[in-house]
Amino acid sequence: MKAKTVDATTTPIETTSTRQAELLKRSWLKFSESKVSIIGLVIVSVFLLLALGGKYLVPYPEHIGSYVDFANAGLPPSSKHFFGTDLMGRDVFSRIVGSFRNTLMMGVVVLSIAAPVGFMVGVTAGYNKGTFIDTALMRVTDMFLAVPPLVLALAIASVLEPNLTNSMLAVTAMWWPWYARLSYGVTSSLRSENYIIYAELVGAKLPHIIFKEILPNCLSAVLTKMTLDMGYVIIIAATISYAGLGEQAPRPALGSMIASGVKYMPAQWWLTVFPSITIMLIVLGFNLLGDGISSMLGAEEI
Amino acid sequence: MTIITTIVKRLGGAIVVLLGLSMIIFSLMRIIPGDPARLALGPTAPEEIVEQYRERMHYNKPLPTQYYYWITGVLKGDLGVSTVTRRNVTRDFAEFLPATLELVIWAGIPPIFFALLLGVLGAMYNNRWPDYLIRFSSYIIVATPAFVWAVLFMLIFGYWLPILPSIGGRISMKFSVPSVTGLMVLDALIDAQPAAAWDAFLHLLMPSLALALGHTMQEARLTRSHMLENAGKDYITMITSQGVPRRIINRRFLLKPSVIPTVSIMGLDIASIFGNAFLVETIFNWPGISRYAMNAILSKDINAVCGVVLLFGVIFILTNLLVDVVVIILDPRMRQTRTA
Repeated sequence: MKAKTVDATTTPIETTSTRQAELLKRSWLKFSESKVSIIGLVIVSVFLLLALGGKYLVPYPEHIGSYVDFANAGLPPSSKHFFGTDLMGRDVFSRIVGSFRNTLMMGVVVLSIAAPVGFMVGVTAGYNKGTFIDTALMRVTDMFLAVPPLVLALAIASVLEPNLTNSMLAVTAMWWPWYARLSYGVTSSLRSENYIIYAELVGAKLPHIIFKEILPNCLSAVLTKMTLDMGYVIIIAATISYAGLGEQAPRPALGSMIASGVKYMPAQWWLTVFPSITIMLIVLGFNLLGDGISSMLGAEEI
Repeated sequence: MTIITTIVKRLGGAIVVLLGLSMIIFSLMRIIPGDPARLALGPTAPEEIVEQYRERMHYNKPLPTQYYYWITGVLKGDLGVSTVTRRNVTRDFAEFLPATLELVIWAGIPPIFFALLLGVLGAMYNNRWPDYLIRFSSYIIVATPAFVWAVLFMLIFGYWLPILPSIGGRISMKFSVPSVTGLMVLDALIDAQPAAAWDAFLHLLMPSLALALGHTMQEARLTRSHMLENAGKDYITMITSQGVPRRIINRRFLLKPSVIPTVSIMGLDIASIFGNAFLVETIFNWPGISRYAMNAILSKDINAVCGVVLLFGVIFILTNLLVDVVVIILDPRMRQTRTA
């Protein structure tokens, strides 16, 4: 991130390796205080592992794309196909794991664009509180927040070509305002703090004030929100893909797999049940991890 | 006094926000690749007719002019013609909105009481098995998207244990209920048809439950954590030491301040119900505005999409305003900070 660019005029805070180790140990103790955070960590780790190396770990990697084997179509779960096969004869388990990479990419791309953009908007507005800039920026933010997020995301996704990149764009466009709100709140309460006023008095430049004085104070709130948001982004992404506006066939996506399975309920129930449970587990994992991280960072509930 | 000034201020802000929203969604729907006139009339329509249509709908004018024509119509209550239903979008709203309102009312209001009950139970039995059970189920329920619940309910209660109607819709074909309020269960009762009311209620159960689960458990969690937080405050310690019975403390002094944060997020929850209704209505063939909007989005029906987004914006702003007023009434601290 931009915050890491070293500013020669400031003296870095002294940190010895032992102090860092101590801090790490204490954070881990706080994180593992609640056993469910560890469950979250395990689920997320397995998800990350499968998302990154899924192609080499699944039993039928060729089934992830377009592949047809009508002889084995519509088979119920068995030891050969844990989650059964779909009506093209593709292994459902392999396809579910094959969709993880895009699920992960969705979350990472959306949050890593939405958080910095929202932060910059929020800080700019909060730092200029009461001026025209504040009113203009926060009104625009309000406009994006005035519609249920999913509605706007679906509307944006619908005007674009239906594919993964555009669905990411749609979700990002509706996600940044939340970060703008968050950092606006923190910034507008900070700007009258003495250390900000002193920094202004000694003639610190605006980037210094924003990145060195304000950012560290927003960081724990923003990071906590990011881990908690990961689950929500995955839910919204699955919903968009269920509507048919996300990743297109033959590539797998959890939402579109459920959508195509609904037509074959109740006979081929495994086509809907297993992707559904998978979404639930992934989101559960990120939520539990997020709770653990938020208690570790000691941030207020958002 | 304070409530009225708040309402007036907020309404003023709301108008600016809605105008901005209308500009955003209008320009968004006009950047659709392809010719809107051609999209509306289909590929086989002759070019002169498309040209006439373009002239009539002002598609050949610059964007600000188009917006001007559209927004003046909207302010007069004319949202333009839908290319799917071939009727005015305003008329479509009148037909489809009541069904969604019925769903949102059922999914939004009764569950709040369950949420508060579960939250209070969780706090009362903190770290004992009822609390663990509630927390465990809330984690799982919150992690599951509404449309997944809809699909799973359909499978379980529609097919495996066929106790609820699996075809969807608002009521079985054999009943006919005259529309008075637009809310099917109420209309059936007004018309003295208890069997029809029961049937409509059964149709409502699955979709409203699918929409309700997530926000109910979220609210239960919030109530629980605020109950526990407030229980540790000095004023509770003081009245406990004065010998006031636990039951009265819980009900009179602990519940009210702990409920306020839950109430204040309800505006957002109602918004998420409207959003989630997009897919849930589609899954259950619910003839509501969200299914209408979903069809409009998928068939790039420009006027309908713009109209629906604006309508949802209006509903969202009004709900939040209502919630804020309730919070001001409930919370004496809010009144004080406003006057100061």
